[in-house]
Amino acid sequence: MSAVEEIASQTPAVQAVPKRAMTLSAGTAFVIVLLLLVVPLFVKNFIIFQMTMLLIYGLAVLALNILTGGSGQFSLGNSAFYAIGAYTSAILMEQYNVNYALTLPVAGVICFGAGFLFGQPALRLSGVYLALATFALATAMPQILKLGFFEHWTGGVQGLVVTKPDAPFGLPMSQDMWLYYFTLAITIAIYVFSVNLLRSRSGRAFMAIRDNEIAASAMGIDVATYKTLAFGVSAGITGVAGGLGAIAVQFVAPDSYTITLAISLFLGMVVGGVGWLPGSFVGSAFIIFVPNIAEGISKGLSGAVFGVLLFLVIFLVPHGSRQVAMVAQQLLGKLRKN
Amino acid sequence: MTQAQLAQTDAPLLAVRDVSVVFGGIVALNGVSFDMQKGQILGLIGPNGAGKTTLFNCLSRLYQPSSGDILMEGHSILKRPPHRIAEIGIGRTFQNVALFPNLSVLDNVRVGTHARTSSDIISDSLRLAWIRRSETSVNTKVHEILAYLNLEEVAHKTVSGLPFGTQKRVELARALAADPKILLLDEPAGGLNHEEVHVLGDLIRRIRDDRHVTVLLVEHHMGLVMSIADHVVALNFGRKLAEGTPAQVQADPDVIKAYLGSKDQ
Repeated sequence: MSAVEEIASQTPAVQAVPKRAMTLSAGTAFVIVLLLLVVPLFVKNFIIFQMTMLLIYGLAVLALNILTGGSGQFSLGNSAFYAIGAYTSAILMEQYNVNYALTLPVAGVICFGAGFLFGQPALRLSGVYLALATFALATAMPQILKLGFFEHWTGGVQGLVVTKPDAPFGLPMSQDMWLYYFTLAITIAIYVFSVNLLRSRSGRAFMAIRDNEIAASAMGIDVATYKTLAFGVSAGITGVAGGLGAIAVQFVAPDSYTITLAISLFLGMVVGGVGWLPGSFVGSAFIIFVPNIAEGISKGLSGAVFGVLLFLVIFLVPHGSRQVAMVAQQLLGKLRKN
Repeated sequence: MTQAQLAQTDAPLLAVRDVSVVFGGIVALNGVSFDMQKGQILGLIGPNGAGKTTLFNCLSRLYQPSSGDILMEGHSILKRPPHRIAEIGIGRTFQNVALFPNLSVLDNVRVGTHARTSSDIISDSLRLAWIRRSETSVNTKVHEILAYLNLEEVAHKTVSGLPFGTQKRVELARALAADPKILLLDEPAGGLNHEEVHVLGDLIRRIRDDRHVTVLLVEHHMGLVMSIADHVVALNFGRKLAEGTPAQVQADPDVIKAYLGSKDQ
């Protein structure tokens, strides 16, 4: 818990990014989108699957980033919202034969509601205490999903198998590739909406609350409403990511959504840079690939190796990938001058 | 209140009526009453612990008076939560500057317009046409205020790195962005040097004249209060000690005693 405490008590972790720096320049964004569009055409299905997961976890980290980087509230419970989203999609698809694409907005709306409701009691807590309360939510969720009462829908401990959708309109692409492009489209849309949101009046209200609640309130901002809205938005996006995750992995089970997932998302946010939205995807890459790299270095001690790698990242670049991006930008600037 | 009374030009903009505040047996304010006329600069003075800040916090709705009432244009403000007083035209600054340190000057002042605009998270996410129009008018207004307070050069800077005096002006800009009818200033001269206090006095007067704002000045700095206030209220031990023009209050024996101590002490 000490890591969380550190972050909770130090302002720099939640330090805001000036709005211009919160996003990527048009040129960089164009190159990245182009790469994301073209690369899958040249790689194996397994890599495409991993890229899909990168986008999905990226969305979940982005959602946490809006909550923590935007409104200054901590959450170790976002795995619970991810689980609700995943189960919503899985149950609708498998038990009620709903089209997979239609299950995602439902997952988003249900999770928005769940997050908004959870945000109400959470209003009384802040910092480490809020992190602990959300931690309880994350530990409770797998057990709730295993309850006999819900077993008819959730499949209990067994979980549910989800059918992977085929590409529509007879498009000549594999299921994995179709799902990748489908996920990419949703990711870009949610990313753009999130950037718009943080740049808007509501986003300014989030950040004002994060920086000084009393001053925010004196400016006419209803602190309680905006805090719960931030929880709702974060949970809603996490829910969509969960739904996509269920479709991509083709399986949901209670033990896929433990506190480990919540901590991974939190890690992804810190590594990506708190408050820097593009960093969410760098953080997502970290939590997907670095454990594999660690395993490659030492099978028996993969956890320890991962720990060392994580320690190095936090020690060398405490502000995560945002810091790396800023240094790179400065270097480029210098090179251009010379 | 009858319509005839309301129509009177000298009906007070803000009326403090017999306000008392008790904190667990300690009486912080004891039946304080005074009126603020439109366009006035009212100075609220008193030694440490006199109840100035307590009264200020009642006006900004951080404290709830134990008894009495505060009327803004004839309507009680005591049923409003703190976030709903900006919309009726009460703006404030804070004693030790309470800006949003990680936001730019521009964004700090934009937040000031919150009470005068509306939006919802869906329209904001989609950046609908009406949101874009509203943001354009917000930006026009914010830039006008920044120009007025000479802050355009630092508009894009993060406020945490700015000098204290500049931060104070940003706070004023943020308060003005909400089009206040009354501006509550909590010790604006605190932490400023002699020259800066002089400039601040001119600025407060200029804001009152140009923007038709009534000002309540809670201040330690007697020089500032006496030079710019039209009307002064002196508090001591939670009670109103004297009220009148700066000259009257300065000459009041009770006020002199409170500040300098009486002969027989």
